[in-house]
Amino acid sequence: MEKINEFRMTVWAKSINEGFCRAAVAAFAAQCDPTVEEIGDIKTAVSEAVTNCIVHAYKEGDGRIYLSFQLFADGRCRITVRDTGCGIEDVKKAREPLFTTMGGDRSGLGFSVMETFSDKVRVRSRVGKGTTVILEKVLRGKRP
Amino acid sequence: MPVQIAVDGRNLNAFLSGEIDHHTAPALRERIDRAIVENKPQVLRLYFSAVSFMDSSGVGLVMGRYKQAAAFGGETEVFDLKPPAERIMKLSGLTRIVRFRKTPVTAQQAGGKHYGKNQ
Repeated sequence: MEKINEFRMTVWAKSINEGFCRAAVAAFAAQCDPTVEEIGDIKTAVSEAVTNCIVHAYKEGDGRIYLSFQLFADGRCRITVRDTGCGIEDVKKAREPLFTTMGGDRSGLGFSVMETFSDKVRVRSRVGKGTTVILEKVLRGKRP
Repeated sequence: MPVQIAVDGRNLNAFLSGEIDHHTAPALRERIDRAIVENKPQVLRLYFSAVSFMDSSGVGLVMGRYKQAAAFGGETEVFDLKPPAERIMKLSGLTRIVRFRKTPVTAQQAGGKHYGKNQ
């Protein structure tokens, strides 16, 4: 399927940028004339992926988050959230609901929420190199 | 602060607003926990009708406050979640320990007067 548009951005791994990343993907997705629900879904999935970079990949320290959004002619969105942080030792385990390596108020639902609010979630990770999360979702929007 | 607190007898009502994520949750947590310690409520009521966005940080926020209130013998009730937030709460299994409710419309209007008052 033909790619019709794309944006890329890099942000520092600061928690204040979580809202900015959500707003950026929502604004870009608006060109597909999506429903309010679809916009909410991608904002939620992106929020989880970006939070993971900040909390887990960089452990609340310095780092960069690379976000890209590719849009296809059939309304399919591919959002990639990449970091060069610590990587995930066991991706399968990390994706299990309620699994968390952090205590406190972390719920261990990050990947479950991404899966619930996207059509497809792919995770590639190498310990010491970083993690790439690819979120795919078709925006059917208000098209007939 | 995107939370207004109102004490009503042995009930502690917290009206949340804006976006709840990993960035905003800590300030909400601290404010509500302080009120729990000060008031030791029988029922902690968290109102979500003015929350425009919530990710899984909202689950942590409710779970943590549930534990905090329970430490003083209190129960927790969550009001007026929007459908996406409700979906996230259901994933967590929180629905087994916390009561989820809808405010009747007239009570919502009465509750609205707390906004902007009481700190």
